[in-house]
Amino acid sequence: MRRNFLILLIGLIVLAPVPFLTDTYVLRLGTTALMYVSLSLAWNMIGGFAGYPSFGMAAFFGLGAYASGILQVNGFAGPVGWIGAGLVGLAFALALGAVVLRLRGHAFAIATLVVAEVLKEITNAWNSLTGGGMGLNMPYQKMDPIAGARIYFYAMLACATISLAATILVAGSKLGFALRTIKQNEDAASMVGVNTTTAKVIAFALSGALGALVGGVYTSWINFIEPADVYDPLFSIKPIVMVLLGGSGTVFGPVLGAAAFLLLDEIVWRNFLETHTGILGLVIVLLILFLPKGLGSLSWPRLLQRSAR
Amino acid sequence: MIYLQYAANGIILGGLYACIAVGFSLTWGVLNIINILHGAFIVLGCYITYFAHQLFGIHPFVSLPLAGLMVGILGYATQAGIINRVVGQSVLVTLTLTFGLDLIFNNALILGFTANYRQVVLANPLGTVEVAGIFIPLDRALAMVLALLLTFGLYIVLQMSRLGRAIVAVRFDREAASLMGVNVMRTYAITFAIGAFMAGAAGSLLSVVFPIAPITGHLFLSKAFVICVLGGIGSVPGAAIGGIALGLLESFSASIVGPELALTVAFVVLIALLAVRPQGIMGREDMH
Repeated sequence: MRRNFLILLIGLIVLAPVPFLTDTYVLRLGTTALMYVSLSLAWNMIGGFAGYPSFGMAAFFGLGAYASGILQVNGFAGPVGWIGAGLVGLAFALALGAVVLRLRGHAFAIATLVVAEVLKEITNAWNSLTGGGMGLNMPYQKMDPIAGARIYFYAMLACATISLAATILVAGSKLGFALRTIKQNEDAASMVGVNTTTAKVIAFALSGALGALVGGVYTSWINFIEPADVYDPLFSIKPIVMVLLGGSGTVFGPVLGAAAFLLLDEIVWRNFLETHTGILGLVIVLLILFLPKGLGSLSWPRLLQRSAR
Repeated sequence: MIYLQYAANGIILGGLYACIAVGFSLTWGVLNIINILHGAFIVLGCYITYFAHQLFGIHPFVSLPLAGLMVGILGYATQAGIINRVVGQSVLVTLTLTFGLDLIFNNALILGFTANYRQVVLANPLGTVEVAGIFIPLDRALAMVLALLLTFGLYIVLQMSRLGRAIVAVRFDREAASLMGVNVMRTYAITFAIGAFMAGAAGSLLSVVFPIAPITGHLFLSKAFVICVLGGIGSVPGAAIGGIALGLLESFSASIVGPELALTVAFVVLIALLAVRPQGIMGREDMH
C-alpha cells in the first residue's frame, strides 16, 4: 500500500506543472483523460473488485452533472456543486444498491443499464428544474480561457487522485478482500462469514459517489449539459472497456487502460470523423476477441520471440 | 368507454412488441447473450422494407420474408464468425462485445441511409373501422395479427421440428445435448439467425407504424429488454404476454401520466418486478 501511494505521489509531482508547460489543446486532452481515469477507477470498485457487471456509470455521471448544474444555476459556487453532486450520487447509489445488488449476472446488468435511461427520461420531462431537452446553461463567469482550462485540469486531477487513493485504500483493506471473495464465489464467501451485502453496497456507493463527483466537475468544465449528452450509454461502456484493457480488479490497470484507450481514440477521432463510432466499435470487438485479459496479459518476451522468427 | 379504446391501442401495440422481443428473448435464453445488436437488426429490416416499397412498390407485408431472410443471414454470419468465440463467457464480455458490434452497425446504417427519419406511406391504406365505439386502424391491426402469427410460428417450430428440439435441448443442457450428437456451435448460430430473422420481420411490420431512423434501434432494444424480463427470458409465450403487458402499460400510462413518461413507468415496473420475481411472469427459477 505504501508503494502504491508513493507511485500516486510521483504521478502528482509529474502532472502538477503540466498546465503551465502546454497549450489548451493538450490541456483539454489531459482533462478528458483524467476524467476517464476517474470513471474507470470508480467502475473498477464494483465491476473489477466485486465482479458485478454494472452498466450504470452513465446514470451516476449524469445525475452528478445535473445535481451540480442545478446547484450552480441557483447561485452556488462550482465546488459546492461538485460536493453536492458527490453526495447526491452517494445517496442515490445507496438506495439503488439496496435493491439491485440483490440481483446477479444478467439481471443486475440490465437493471443498472436501464437506470440511466429512466433518469434521462425524468430529466427530459422535469422542465421546471432541469430545463428539459433544452439543456442547462451554467452562469457566465468572467475568466481567461487559459486560466479556466488550468482550473478544470486541476479539478479533474483532484477527482482522479481521490479515486486512486480510494482504490488503493480499498484494495489494501478488509473491504477489498471481501470484494475479491465475492468475485470468486459469493455464496461461499457469505458462508464463511464475509458480510457480502455490506461490502457490495459500500463498493457500489463509492463507485456511484465518485462517478457523480466527476459528472459534477464535467458540468462546470463544459458549461452546458443536456440529457442526451450526460446520460449517454457510452459513459457506461467506455470505462468498462478501459478497465478490461488495463486489467480488471487491479489498482493501476484502470489508469493505464484509460490512457491507452484515449490515445487510440484521439488518433481515430482526428483521422476518421465520419466513421469514428464504427472504428471505436471495431476496437472494442478486437479487444474482447483477442485481448480479453487486458494489456497486462501481453507477454512481451513471447511477442518478441514470435516477431524474431 | 375510453378505457376500452386504450386497451385496444395497447393490445395492437403489444402484438408488435411481442414480435420485437421474441427473437431477443430466444437469443438471451439459449445463448445466454444479451444481444445489443437486436435494435440495429430491426432497423435494418425496416430499411429493406422501406426501399422495397419505395423503389419497387412492394407492400411491406409482402417484403417481410425477404427482410427476415436477409437480416437472418447477416445474423448467422455474425454469430458463426464473431460471437461464437466468446459464447459462454461472463455477461461483461458478451454484452460489451455486442455493444461494440452495435456501434459498428449503427455507424454503417447512418453512413448508408443517413440519420433522417423515414416512414412507409401506403398507397392504399385500409383505413379505420369502428367496432362498438372503439376505433381500430386496420393496417396496424393487420400488422399485429401478422406479428402474433410469426410469434406463434416460432413457438410451433421450437416445439415440433427437429431443429427446434435441438435448440431447446442446447438451452437446457449444453453438454448433454452435445453428447447426444447436437452440433452446439451450429445450433447457436442458427438460433441467433432465427432471432435476427424475427427482428428483420418485426422491422417490416414496424415500418408501417413508426417513422424509422438508425437511432430508433435503441428504442426498440429497450422495449425488448423490458418485455423479455417481464415475460421471462427465453420463453416464447412469455414474450407474447410481456409484449401485450407492455403495450397495455404504455397505452394506459401515456394517457394517465403523459406519453413522455411512458418508458419510465415501464422501467419502474420492471425494476420492481426484478426485485420481487427475477425470473419473470412466465419464467422458471431453474433456468438461471
